[in-house]
Amino acid sequence: MAFLRALGAHVPARVVDNAELAPMVGADPAWLLHATGIEQRHFAGAGDTVATLGIAAAKNCLASAGVSAAEVGMVIVASGSAEQRFPGPASTIAAAVGVSLKPAIDLPMASAGSLFAIALAAHLTPVYGNVLVVASEIMSRVVRMNAIGRDTAILFGDGAGACLISEDTGFARIVDSVLASDGDFAEALRLDFDAPLYMDGRSVILQASRKLPRVIAEVLERNQVKPGEVGTYLLHQANLNLITRVAQAVGAPEERFFRNIARYGNTSSASLLIAAEEWWRAVEKPLTAPIVLAAFGAGLNWGAVLAKA
Amino acid sequence: MDTQTRIVNIVKQVAGKPIDPAPEESLFESGALDSFTLADLVTALEKEFAVKIPDSDLTPRKFDSVTRIEAYLQSRS
Repeated sequence: MAFLRALGAHVPARVVDNAELAPMVGADPAWLLHATGIEQRHFAGAGDTVATLGIAAAKNCLASAGVSAAEVGMVIVASGSAEQRFPGPASTIAAAVGVSLKPAIDLPMASAGSLFAIALAAHLTPVYGNVLVVASEIMSRVVRMNAIGRDTAILFGDGAGACLISEDTGFARIVDSVLASDGDFAEALRLDFDAPLYMDGRSVILQASRKLPRVIAEVLERNQVKPGEVGTYLLHQANLNLITRVAQAVGAPEERFFRNIARYGNTSSASLLIAAEEWWRAVEKPLTAPIVLAAFGAGLNWGAVLAKA
Repeated sequence: MDTQTRIVNIVKQVAGKPIDPAPEESLFESGALDSFTLADLVTALEKEFAVKIPDSDLTPRKFDSVTRIEAYLQSRS
């Protein structure tokens, strides 16, 4: 078995609202809000790295769990915006947190990376014990912060999230997961070396609008859970309109789809965990209904995880 | 009703605003469709023409004009 045990998050202190961002990208703040549903996002400072943000989130998560670094058997770090080809941030984060001589694995996967990491951790925790999943992104450095890059620059923010997966204790048992990839659209969303992020927004939204509801339906159907029985849907916070459309397609009340994109923007792989952490701190425990985590992103990679109280 | 007229009716319904797209006119450039209404368009086309459109065919270019949509649907029939 595997359980979601605790969550953590960290965002940089600098808040960039639409009034500040809009002139940089040649846009109107009101249009920016209307187009994205985003009111503000956090941008990393000069001294921040993907690893430093991830370290803060990881420590926050372990403190919340009341688990020491010595009790962690594996670290998995998802990031699509790591600063160097290798090593990735996983070993740095593990060392800084105090997890020594245990496997620290990088998952260089934007957007859906944290969901994939959770699903993999659920399978690995019986062997490795507590698995610390971290997702950290500095997206503000990989977009063109000008009028040319407007359509992507307005979407993203920086931040990190973390989740501890344990074999025998936690607030929700991971029941099942469905993961998928489709390399036919690998070019639609990518970050080449020495180039800004490229996104064919129409293709990505079109694919996500179809694949996300389908994968959520699949994980629910094969576990005999009806969409209306799910207490909370925690999605990668990619786009407010997309979340609304997924809710409609799944056939569950929209208010059960947790949303905090307005305050953080799309933080890529970190967004699922930042949203989950915020929800987890506020929700009444013990849980009384199943939860679904779902994400979609570059690759294309997408999936859903079902967890029950 | 011919195929183009049926497609235009669907585009109008999905766009949710009064439009009269010319057959070759780009539905994106004209503002008739955006990223999200494109997904609605594909779903509506599947229903109207009783065709299953696979994800691998979902490239916006295929659905950028009434003419292109018609050509795609003919290729599927």
